[in-house]
Amino acid sequence: MIELNPFVIFFAAIFTNNMIFSYFLGMCSFIGVSNEIPTSLGLGQAVTFVLTFTTILNYLIYHNILVPLGLEYLRFIVFIISIAAFVQLLEMVVERYFPNLYYALGIFLPLITVNCAILGVSLFMVIRDYTFLQSLGFGVGSGIGWTLAIVAMAGARQRIKRTKLPKGLEGPGITLIITGLMALAFIGFSGIVQIQ
Amino acid sequence: METILITTATVTAFTGVLAFLLTLADRTIGNYGEMQITINDDKEYIVEGGDTLLASLISEQIFIPSACGGKGTCGYCKVKVLEGGGPVLPTELPWITEDELEDNVRLSCQCKVKEDMKIEIPEELFNVREYQMTVESIEDMTPEIKKLRLRFKEGEEIDFKPGQYIQLKAPIYEGNDEEVYRAYSIASPPAVKDYIDLIIGYVPGGKATTYVHKFLKEGDTVDINGPYGDFYYQDKYDNEMVMVAVGTGIAPILSILYYMRDNDIKRKARFYFGAKTPEDLFLLDEIEKLEKDLYDFEFIPTLSRVLDEHNWTGERGRVNVSLDKHIKTPEDKEAYLCGSPGMIDSVIEVLTEKGILEELIFYDKF
Ligand SMILES: Cc1cc2nc3c(=O)[nH]c(=O)nc-3n(C[C@H](O)[C@H](O)[C@H](O)COP(=O)(O)OP(=O)(O)OC[C@H]3O[C@@H](n4cnc5c(N)ncnc54)[C@H](O)[C@@H]3O)c2cc1C
Ligand code: FES
Repeated sequence: MIELNPFVIFFAAIFTNNMIFSYFLGMCSFIGVSNEIPTSLGLGQAVTFVLTFTTILNYLIYHNILVPLGLEYLRFIVFIISIAAFVQLLEMVVERYFPNLYYALGIFLPLITVNCAILGVSLFMVIRDYTFLQSLGFGVGSGIGWTLAIVAMAGARQRIKRTKLPKGLEGPGITLIITGLMALAFIGFSGIVQIQ
Repeated sequence: METILITTATVTAFTGVLAFLLTLADRTIGNYGEMQITINDDKEYIVEGGDTLLASLISEQIFIPSACGGKGTCGYCKVKVLEGGGPVLPTELPWITEDELEDNVRLSCQCKVKEDMKIEIPEELFNVREYQMTVESIEDMTPEIKKLRLRFKEGEEIDFKPGQYIQLKAPIYEGNDEEVYRAYSIASPPAVKDYIDLIIGYVPGGKATTYVHKFLKEGDTVDINGPYGDFYYQDKYDNEMVMVAVGTGIAPILSILYYMRDNDIKRKARFYFGAKTPEDLFLLDEIEKLEKDLYDFEFIPTLSRVLDEHNWTGERGRVNVSLDKHIKTPEDKEAYLCGSPGMIDSVIEVLTEKGILEELIFYDKF
């Protein structure tokens, strides 16, 4: 177990170990839904929300069920199933009891069931042997980092909307190039802390 | 052995518990009970709450146009929601103009039935049905354009206005991984009840047109629904009809002409058809017959890329040029336009410049 303050992990997950810019995880919704700032923000919030809860959930499942039974290798399949079920359940609850929340981020929930950043966070948590609080910091931080990345991308894309691009670069092409450039910029943060 | 057992047991137990939880949630949290949808203030339907409005209406056999299958990416499925429907969702906003927002227009595939609702839909939509058709024939009109004849099952028929369209379902096939619905105008006469004709052009890479041109064979069955559309023959005035089409835009015009023939309508009509070369003209014998049978009808093809070897004696240039030449006065004229949005916009410009009133210009943008 590494001795790191959960807060350090929290900040690291936002800046130095950003899910998008360091690991390129969660790319499909990142590219698909980064056209406009309000929608990206909604999606980002949904991702943060789900990440926070699935990290807790998967931490409990892993340490209370899988480890005692010696079934650590099942974590991939178990995490995927628990995330999918959790998102479904969450969507139903939010839709029924929190109409305002539903209008803000509920409609994005189905989009992120299969977001690999979410599985990624749960797996990193296991690989890096985080404690409960460290995992929590990592989960929340990764969500905020992901939100930051997609909102920044949406901002950039809104600006270039009316610029003429070479035909082949329109849409995903230019988005990936911009992601690359942003990732380079984020490397600038990497000296601050190292969490692995 | 023990590992295998423990593994299987754990995974089974785990998924079992989750499945149980979800089913339970679906029965309790996801159960909204029965809701009432009132349509146009007179028809009432009781539906199971919780589904999208579009799905609930389909389950009552009311078909709202929808080309994307309810994913919120086509913007066709608009209905007016007067009561119950909640706030407009971010996924709807790209498709709804400010005026429509004021008017309570919503995308029915996004808006869910969670309380009793009052909605308004065009009365014609009650007429829309789903049909399973048999492909009777597929004929090449030009290398790029095919004519399909689809036959109804025994005892089924469609009641449409000349100029309206149906939606054809392109299923999943090799190279296409989603079902899509596309609009195609009916080219056959409304009086014919046992089949419809469609005229379908090939769009490279197009989902529905690739299916029709490369996969569909005679004897196959296809799903359609319809009729839809507010582009159809208008009988309010007895004006001269200026018809303009390019390519497959000929389809709804043909239906209108057949309708005039079958009902012995005595109106002057001129049909300006734009194409590139003589090879792009098709169904000429049909049109010649119509010229004979109709009261006062003339076909005016206009070709934009004629060469000397074509020996073309007709009009040359884009349709706009021949419209400009033939239309002298705007009085007593109304126009029917069919084709690409670009062509329609430029023709509307010419016609309004000539003085034809905009409310007498009807069009379908393909
Ligand atoms: C009211 C109405 C009536 C119509 N009636 C007819 C008809 O009678 N006959 C007919 O052939 N079509 C008709 N269309 C057009 C038809 O609905 C489809 O849009 C067209 O056939 C392309 O469908 P697709 O699935 O093959 O292409 P898609 O998979 O939708 O499109 C593939 C690509 O081609 C582009 N594209 C789409 N349509 C065209 C086009 N027409 N020309 C050039 N590029 C295009 C798209 O932007 C896209 O990039 C009608 C459309 C409307 C709205
Ligand atoms: S069905 Fe396509 S947007 Fe609603």
